[in-house]
Amino acid sequence: MTTYTATVTVRLKRGVLDPEAETTKRALERLGFELEALRSADQFELDLDAESADAAADRADEMAERLLANPTIHDYDVEVTEA
Amino acid sequence: MTVAVVQFGGSNCDRDAVQALAHVGVDAERVWHEDGLPSDIDGVVLPGGFSYGDYLRAGAMAAHSPIMNDVRDAAEDGVPVLGVCNGAQIGCEAKLTPGAFTTNASARFQCESVYLRVENADTPWTAAYDEGDVVEIPIAHGEGRFEIADDRYDDLVAEDRILFRYCDADGNVTADANPNGSRGNVAGITGDHENVAVLMPHPERATLPDLGRSIDGQGVLSAFA
Repeated sequence: MTTYTATVTVRLKRGVLDPEAETTKRALERLGFELEALRSADQFELDLDAESADAAADRADEMAERLLANPTIHDYDVEVTEA
Repeated sequence: MTVAVVQFGGSNCDRDAVQALAHVGVDAERVWHEDGLPSDIDGVVLPGGFSYGDYLRAGAMAAHSPIMNDVRDAAEDGVPVLGVCNGAQIGCEAKLTPGAFTTNASARFQCESVYLRVENADTPWTAAYDEGDVVEIPIAHGEGRFEIADDRYDDLVAEDRILFRYCDADGNVTADANPNGSRGNVAGITGDHENVAVLMPHPERATLPDLGRSIDGQGVLSAFA
C-alpha cells in the first residue's frame, strides 16, 4: 500500500450562476482591480492508502460523486500524487 | 396518525412543525435522527433549520445520515414525506427529489413573506387549493435558488410535478416576484411519486392564527390529516 494525496476540485458547472463569486468580483473592483470574470471552487485534499494511484483516484472519484460535489450543479476533477 | 418530525443537529423548525400539525389535527412527534424512524409512523417531515451548520452545502450532511435510509424506505412504501426549507435541501441532496437548492441570486439570506401560485392542485399537498390560487407563505433561506438541468426541468413541467411558483399578489409569475432566482420561479416540487414533496417556503409558519400574515400554509400540512 502506498499513501497518496488525492486533490478533488469542485466547481459550479459553467453557466450556473455563482452569486458569491459575483460579490467577490465586485469587491475586488471596489478595491480598484480590473478583472473580466471570477470563478470560485472548493478544493479537498484527501490522504489515503491505496494499491495504486488509479485505485486512489477511483476512491476519491466516488467520494466526489456521493458527497463532495452535487452533480446537479457541480463539475469536479481529481488529481492524485504520492504523498 | 402520527407524523415523525426528524430532528437533526441544527434543525430549528421542528417544534413549530409539531405545533402547526397539531393545529390541523395531525398528531406529530419529534424524532432524533440517531434513533431512526419508528416503524409505525404515518408521515415524515424534514423540518427547516441549519442541519450540520450547512457545512459543505445546505442539507448535504443530513442527506447521508442513516435515518435517511428509513425515510427513503418509507417514501417507497407510499408514506407522505415533506421537506421544508432545510428539509427541502436535504430532500434534494438525498435524491428524494430532483434538482438542487443553492445560493440565492442575491447572495443574501432572505426572510420575507412571498406569494405562491398553486400550479397543480391534484396532489395531496395542494388538494386544499385550486389550481391558480395565490397563497401567502413566508420564506427564510440563503440557499433557496432551485437549479436543475434543462432536460430534467422539462420533465418536471411535462409530468406536472411543480407544486408552487413564486408570483406577485395577483398570481403573475414574473422575474420581479422571484425572490431567489429559482429556475422557472419554482418554490416546491414532488418526487418521482406525489407522496414526496419539498418546498422552500414554510407552511408551518403560516398555519397558526395570529402568528403570521396568513394561515395559507394549513393546506399543505393537511396532506397528513
